[in-house]
Amino acid sequence: MTKNIALAGNPNTGKSTLFNFLTGLKQHTGNWPGKTVVRAEGQFETDRHSYKVIDLPGTYSLYSNSADEEVARDYIIFEKPDITLVVVDATSLERNLNLALQVLEMTSNVIICVNLIDEARRKGITVDQKKLSEQLGVPVVLISAREKVGVIELLKTIDQMADGTIETCPYQIAYDNTVETEIEALEPKIKQLFGDHFPSRWIALRLIDGDQHLLDALKAYIQRSSQIKSDLELKQGGVSHGA
Amino acid sequence: MEKAKPINQFQAGDHIEITSIQLTGVMRRRLLDLGFVPGAVVELNQKSPLGDPIAYKVCGTQVALRQEESVLITGKKRSAEERRSS
Repeated sequence: MTKNIALAGNPNTGKSTLFNFLTGLKQHTGNWPGKTVVRAEGQFETDRHSYKVIDLPGTYSLYSNSADEEVARDYIIFEKPDITLVVVDATSLERNLNLALQVLEMTSNVIICVNLIDEARRKGITVDQKKLSEQLGVPVVLISAREKVGVIELLKTIDQMADGTIETCPYQIAYDNTVETEIEALEPKIKQLFGDHFPSRWIALRLIDGDQHLLDALKAYIQRSSQIKSDLELKQGGVSHGA
Repeated sequence: MEKAKPINQFQAGDHIEITSIQLTGVMRRRLLDLGFVPGAVVELNQKSPLGDPIAYKVCGTQVALRQEESVLITGKKRSAEERRSS
C-alpha cells in the first residue's frame, strides 16, 4: 500500500528541492479545492514501500493566520499522512523549530529533516543530531538536499517509520496551570466526539485559543461523516427491506 | 539596563531585548511566529526616511514593521557588555 508523506516547513528551507530529489521527474502539480495555493504531489519507491509525497505550502506557523497555513494544517489533521517530514533550515533553527513543535503537537509520526547542513557548516554552525532527537522525541536526520548529503539515512528512516519500527515520543509543551486545567476539562469531551481520530490535546488548545477556522472545519467534518453514515444506513435498510 | 520602551524609539544598530507584546489576535500570532517573543533579542537595522516603517533583524532575518505594530512592542536596550556575557 502506498504511504503518504507530507513535507512541511518554513518557506525557503529547501522543501521543494528535497521534493524534487525524492520524486525525480514524476512530479506534477495540482490545486487544493477552493484554494489558490498550489500543492505538488509526486511518488517514489524504495525496496520496501512506495510513497506519495505532498509538498505543503511553506509556512512559519500552523495557526490559521493565512490560507497557506490552513491548507498545511488541514492536510496534517484531516488527511493524516503516514509520515510528516518537517524540513528545517540548519542555519536558523530557532525560528524553524517553532513550526516543528507545532507539528509535534499534532502528530507523532514525524521526522525532522535538518536541511542546508552544508551551508550551516560553512557558517560554523554544528547541529547535534543526537541531542536534538532526544529532546524532540522523534528521529532527526541531517541532510543537504542540494548536495545529496544524508539522503540515504533519510530514506532509511522513512522506511523504518513506515514499517512502524520507530517508536516516537514527541515533545509536548507544558502550559501554565490555567491552560492545563482547561485542556484537562476539554479533552474528554473531544475524545467523546472524535475518539482517537484527532489529536485531542491539540484540538483543546486550538479551541482555547478561539480558532474559529478550525471549529468550522471540525463542524464540517462531523456533518460530512454523519451524512455518510446515514446514507449508508439508508442503503443497508433498503437492502434488508427488499430481502 | 534602562527602562522598557516601544521598540520604534530605539536607534539603528541598537540591540533590543523584547519585554512585552501588546498586540492581539492574528498580528500577535504572526509576530510571535517570526520571532518577536519576550526574551528574544532583535536588532534595529534601519529606519526609513520618514521613520516608518522600521526594519528589525530577528532570528537572522530582516522584518519591517509599521509604527502601528512596533509601538505596541516594548523592549530594553542591551549594551555591548550584556551582549558579550550572554
